[in-house]
Amino acid sequence: MEILNKLLTYLIVFAVGGAFCLVAQILIIKTKLTPARILVIFLVAGIALEAVGAFRYIKEFAKAGATIPIVGFGAALAKGAIEMARSVGFVGAFAGGLVNTAFGIGVAVVASFVVTLIFSPKSK
Amino acid sequence: MEKTATQLRNERYSKYVDAVSPQTSAVKSLLHSFVLGGITCVIAQIVNDLFALAMPATEKEMIATFTLMTMVTVAIFLTGLGVFDKLARFGGAGLFLPITGFANAISSASMEFKAEGLIFGTSTKMFSVVGPVVVNGVVWSTLAGIIHLIIFGRIM
Amino acid sequence: MTIHKGDNCGFTQASAPILNGKRSIGVKKQTVFFQNPPKIIAGASVVTDRESKGPIGQYFDITEHDPKMGKKCFESAEITMMDKAVRKAVEKSGKRIGDIDAFMAGDLLNQITTSAYVARGLEIPFIGLYNACSTFTEAIAIGSMMISSGYYENILCSTASHFATAERQYRYPLEYGSQRPPYAQWTVTGAGCSVLSNKGEGPRVVAATIGRVIDFGINDLSNMGAAMAPAAMDSMTRLFKDTDTRPEDYDLILTGDLGKLGSDILRDLMREQGYELGQRYIDCGSLIYDVTQKCYQGGSGAGCSATVFNSYILRKINEGEYNRVALFATGALMSTQSCYQGETMPSISHGIVVER
Repeated sequence: MEILNKLLTYLIVFAVGGAFCLVAQILIIKTKLTPARILVIFLVAGIALEAVGAFRYIKEFAKAGATIPIVGFGAALAKGAIEMARSVGFVGAFAGGLVNTAFGIGVAVVASFVVTLIFSPKSK
Repeated sequence: MEKTATQLRNERYSKYVDAVSPQTSAVKSLLHSFVLGGITCVIAQIVNDLFALAMPATEKEMIATFTLMTMVTVAIFLTGLGVFDKLARFGGAGLFLPITGFANAISSASMEFKAEGLIFGTSTKMFSVVGPVVVNGVVWSTLAGIIHLIIFGRIM
Repeated sequence: MTIHKGDNCGFTQASAPILNGKRSIGVKKQTVFFQNPPKIIAGASVVTDRESKGPIGQYFDITEHDPKMGKKCFESAEITMMDKAVRKAVEKSGKRIGDIDAFMAGDLLNQITTSAYVARGLEIPFIGLYNACSTFTEAIAIGSMMISSGYYENILCSTASHFATAERQYRYPLEYGSQRPPYAQWTVTGAGCSVLSNKGEGPRVVAATIGRVIDFGINDLSNMGAAMAPAAMDSMTRLFKDTDTRPEDYDLILTGDLGKLGSDILRDLMREQGYELGQRYIDCGSLIYDVTQKCYQGGSGAGCSATVFNSYILRKINEGEYNRVALFATGALMSTQSCYQGETMPSISHGIVVER
C-alpha cells in the first residue's frame, strides 16, 4: 500500500511537471515568444498563484511537479516577500523574495563560476 | 489609417512566408517536452525523498531547498560537459522550464564570456540570459508582498 | 546615376554591353560593366570538419579539425582561418603578399575585427567592408572597379565567418539549450579569399550589380532566408533587365546563403517577375551541407558564399564546366538591438557575373 501510494505520487509529479512544460512548448511553437519571455510569463504566473494563495494547494498535490518548474521559483519569491512583509513590515517585501530563493541563486552563481574555471564552451 | 502599398505588400509577403515556412512537428515536440519535463520533476522528487530518508530530522522546507540546489548543480555540470544543450534541443521546454533551464542559462552565459576574462567576461555577463527572470522575479514578488500587506495587514 | 570618369577610368555604365544585350535608354542602371575585366587568378578556402563532410567537401583547400585551432577563443580562430585562406590564395596565384596592392575584407563581427586583425599581419593597404553575408560579392565588385579603372593591379577579396562567434553575437551562448525553429540556418565556419588581377589567367569578372536595401517586413531573426530572398530578387531582376539577359543565358546562377526555404521563396518571387530560374539556379547555403547533417535549411554567414565560390565554383569554371556564372551573395543588415527596438530586417544583395 505504501509503495502504491509512492508510485501514485510520482505519477502525479510526472503528469503535473510534464503538463507545465507542455504548455510552455505550445507557447514556443504557436507564438513567436522568445524563451526569456516564456520564462518570465511562467515566473509571474507563479508569483500570482502564490499571492492569491492557490499555489499552496498545487504544491501539496504535485510536490516536485510544481516546485521544480520555474512557476515554483516564482512562488518561492512571492512567498518570501509576503512572509517577510508580514513579519518585518513594509521594507520586508523588498528583501523577502531574494532571501527565500537565495539558496538556489547562490548555488547557481557559485557552481557556474566553478564550472567556468574548469570547462570551456564547445563549437557544435 | 490607410495602409501604404509597402505595408500591404509586407503583410502579403509575411502571410506567404508563414505559409511556406516549415513548422516544428507539433505532436513530437509536445510529447518530448511533456516526457522530459515529467522525468525531470520525478528525478527531483526522488532526490527529495532520498534526502528525507537520509535526514529525517530536517524540516520539509529545507529538504526541498536541498533538492533544488542539487538539481541546479547537476544541470550546471551537465552544461559544462556540453551535454545539456543536446538534451534541451531534444526536450525543448521539458528542460528549460524547470529550474534546470535557469541553471543552464546562467552557466552557459558564464562559460561563453570566459574569453574576456573572469571579471569583465564571466562576472559581467553571467546574468545576461537569465537576468529577466531575476529582475522580474524581484519586482513582481515585491509588489505581491506590498499588495498583500495593504489588503491583509498593517503598514509599518 | 552618372559616374564621373577620371582620366584613367576604364569602366563606363552600360556603354559596352558585353552580354550582347540591347541598351535601354532612360532607365537607370544598377549594373556596372567592366571594360578591362579583372581576372580571378586564384581562390582559396578554409573550412572545418562539418563543411568538409558536406557534398562539396573534397573541393576545399584546407580543413581544420579543431574549431578553435588551438587558440584561446573562437574569435582568434576566425582570424587565423582568414589569414590561412589569404596566404593560401596568394600562394596559389604565384605571387607574394608584397605584390598585392590592397586587401578588401569583411566579416560578421562587431567593427569587422577579424578582417582588421588579419590586415594587421599582412602589412598591405586595407579596405574594410561590411554588408553582412553579402560582403564577399561586394568586395569582388568594388575590387573589380578598382582594377578596371587602372589604379590597382592585384587585389585580395576575403570574407570569413565562424559558427561560434556568430552564435554568441547574434543569438545565445553556445551551451544554452534552446531549440531552433526548423527554418533556421547554420553559420558556416570558414573563410574564402580570391585574388583579382589585371594580368594572368583565370575567369573574368565582367559585370557587377550593386544592390539596393530591400525590406519586406520580416522580423523573425531565425528566418534569414525569407528576409533576404526579396533582396536577391531585386538585384537579380536588375541584372537581367540591365543586361537584357534571361536566366537561360547563364550556366549557373548562385545565391549566397538563402538556404532551402529562402531559395524556394526566391524561385516564387522570380516567377512573379517573369523569370523561371529552373535547374541552373542553386544556393551556396544548401550546397555546403548535406540534409543528414542537421543544419536545418543550410549554411549562412559571410564565409558561406566565399568558401563555396572559391572552391567548387571556381574549380568548375576553370575546368570549363560553366562558362558564365552569376553570384548573388545576400546579407541581412540588422543587429540584435535593432530587432529588439522593433525594426524589421533590411537586406541587400550584390551580384557579380563571372565569365571564362
